[in-house]
Amino acid sequence: MEDEIRRVLTEHARLAVDVNQLGNDDDLFEAGMTSHANVNVMLALEEAFDVEFPEATLRRSTFETIAAISATLSQLTPAADVAG
Amino acid sequence: MDDSLMGAVMYLPEGQPAPHSEAAGAPAPPRVLVGVDLTRVAEVAASIERFGDRYLQRLFTEHELASCHGHPDTVAAGLAARFAAKEATIKVLKPEAARPEWRSMEVHRAPSGACEMRLTDGAARRAAELGITDLAVSLSHEGDLAAAVVVALVDKEVD
Repeated sequence: MEDEIRRVLTEHARLAVDVNQLGNDDDLFEAGMTSHANVNVMLALEEAFDVEFPEATLRRSTFETIAAISATLSQLTPAADVAG
Repeated sequence: MDDSLMGAVMYLPEGQPAPHSEAAGAPAPPRVLVGVDLTRVAEVAASIERFGDRYLQRLFTEHELASCHGHPDTVAAGLAARFAAKEATIKVLKPEAARPEWRSMEVHRAPSGACEMRLTDGAARRAAELGITDLAVSLSHEGDLAAAVVVALVDKEVD
């Protein structure tokens, strides 16, 4: 799952640094992800994992780190369907 | 760039008390909250091209989409300004839990061209929690940048 998240971040997060240089707990907003880039990341993750982020998950902390994104996706995605 | 966004300064006649210096016992004047945001037009255009209706329907109301028409560059600029207005509103609302979804913050454009922020659902509930009684919005775009400023009046005692 984290490899796919990193692919989405590479394509859509517009970070100031290489995603592969970031740890799973590094702050993506501090790494340069804007609120608009966050929208693109959310939409791309929904495509990649065939889920929809409900309003209750629309908070900064959901998208703050790779680990946080992974944790939210794990809750939204049945374990058997998780890619990667 | 819209001149209304340039630095505005309020001057008071000499000897006139500032609004916050009400006499003791008088009702406290409304407090003011302000939010500002910048959005790149090219990024909005790229998102429209990449995600299409899923992007448009997730972020914007039918009224907002109908308000932005014409050349694709014009549409992207108008929507970028509206996205900036939603983010500026979020900065005013400072949601403690989940942020209100984007469509609950609508830039309503009157036939005269004047715009106002209309809140529904989660955004309206958060505004009520804060005691916000009125909102004003100003939009602008120039080249690749779109900007919005949102000002809110708060008529509620601070705990």
